Amino acid sequence: MTPLPHALTFAAGAVYSPRWRVAALVTARLARRGILSYLKRKVLAIQDGTYLLVNATRALFTPPRYYVDTLMQLDVIGVASLPIVLLVGFFTGAVLALQSYRSLERFGEVSILGQMVGLSVVLELGPVLTAVVMAGRNSSGMASELGSMLVSEQVDALRAMGTDPLRKLVAPRLYATVIMLPLLTILADFVALVGGYFIALTIAHLTTSQYWSSFYQNIDYHDITQGLVKPVIFALVVALVGCYFGLHTTGGTEGVGRSTTQAVVVSIVLVIVLDFLITQFLIGIGFA
Amino acid sequence: MQQTDIPPAQESPDQASIELRGVSLAFDEKRVLQDISFYVPHGGTAVLLGVSGSGKSVLLKLILGLLKPDSGSILVEGADIAPLSEAELNLVRKRMGIVFQEGALFDSMSVYENVSYRLREEGSLEEEVIEQRVRQVLGFVELEEAIYKVPAELSGGMRRRVAIARAVISQPCIMLYDSPTAGLDPVTAHTINALIAKMRDVQHVTSIVVTHRVQDALMLSGFVYSTEEQGLRPVTSNNGGGHAAEQTQFLVLKDAGIYFRGYRQEILAARDPYLRRFVR
Repeated sequence: MTPLPHALTFAAGAVYSPRWRVAALVTARLARRGILSYLKRKVLAIQDGTYLLVNATRALFTPPRYYVDTLMQLDVIGVASLPIVLLVGFFTGAVLALQSYRSLERFGEVSILGQMVGLSVVLELGPVLTAVVMAGRNSSGMASELGSMLVSEQVDALRAMGTDPLRKLVAPRLYATVIMLPLLTILADFVALVGGYFIALTIAHLTTSQYWSSFYQNIDYHDITQGLVKPVIFALVVALVGCYFGLHTTGGTEGVGRSTTQAVVVSIVLVIVLDFLITQFLIGIGFA
Repeated sequence: MQQTDIPPAQESPDQASIELRGVSLAFDEKRVLQDISFYVPHGGTAVLLGVSGSGKSVLLKLILGLLKPDSGSILVEGADIAPLSEAELNLVRKRMGIVFQEGALFDSMSVYENVSYRLREEGSLEEEVIEQRVRQVLGFVELEEAIYKVPAELSGGMRRRVAIARAVISQPCIMLYDSPTAGLDPVTAHTINALIAKMRDVQHVTSIVVTHRVQDALMLSGFVYSTEEQGLRPVTSNNGGGHAAEQTQFLVLKDAGIYFRGYRQEILAARDPYLRRFVR
């Protein structure tokens, strides 16, 4: 029994008449059942997600391996995401430089613009924005593709023909995302710095040397490592959430739409929450 | 439950290709199947009839090992598949083929890739041999010209025929059909039924056919495939191939159990209002 329903029962029972007390008891029981059912679903989701991760990782070391599928996913997830990642990266860097310039100008510290843009991009904006773009583009794509396959019994057909859907469908998507997200993050970081450089040159009137030296003199090994650890973890989240919701689709084509939306929302929320937790952890161990 | 003189499944017949013993399954609190027992002999055919949601497709998935029963045993060629792992089940599934309700063809692959999928997965044959086998089974379902098309370019009937070709390419000894004629016009449905009869009478595979069209069941029990005529002909006392057709079992599912078990004559002669509604 959970404390909340007890409190509800007691409060309701004390205040209202016997008829209302019965109603309160029933409500409390339903609430208790609802909370338990909700918690059970969440625990099961974590269990299923862990199962996907463990089995997809195990598939890396044992045959059969689906190289062609993995190559195709590298193309779909990585190469096809490149234009949007570069676009988002460039304008994020530019707008960050623009806003930072306005603040720094008040203190006469415009010369550290490169450092400010660089650290913000490498530590936070690059990994998070790239992961959010990937979640919107690829997590949803995985959920809708796998969901459609599930409701049209293609996943059952795979199993009927002796293929493990985890190896054939989940593992290639997971590997491709883990490989491509850090690479795309590096590219996004670079074009964001270029975007900042463009503003530094045209609006802040800094020289090329001032902007870039301010950046690379103030960034160290820990910052770069932190900026590369995050995308690997975000990649696991984006791929697993997409595959999880796709393979747990129920309710036909309407369910596919629901899974797609859930995959995007959950993966973006997880990326942002995990970003905070990872940063806090790295600061806690003295890494950052 | 309506019963006939068919030996009960509990007798564990040696000749059973598929046997279910007291199989029950529930999804959450909804009971889907309760204490289901029946068997299909080698080369025999069972037709599962029932309204939508009566558990027919679930039963096929249980036989294929895609779902696990809550209780009971499912014997395929004498081996209980209920406790087997996924890897062990894959070995059992090699002896089985299934045609799903809408075909379940892989959208991203051509007809050739769909049909050859199983052989390529096994990885033991050269590509030329695989292509030869694919052309052979597509010839069997009379669809050789569609070999390089993608599923989106095929009609509903063609998709089912490709699904049959994909299922039979590994020469299974058991075939499971999940509503193979659902949503098809009568002419195409007849073609599909003829293919099912051809598998039964020419290849002598054990078949379980799920349908809610009693016409399919009556056709499978009343006709045999003639290789000379390349089509179906009615069962008569003169044609020797009629045995498998005449021995077609009818199983009607209702309220999570088997409501009726019998042969063609018995279901046609049944006075039970529920069965009459079915046969009419």
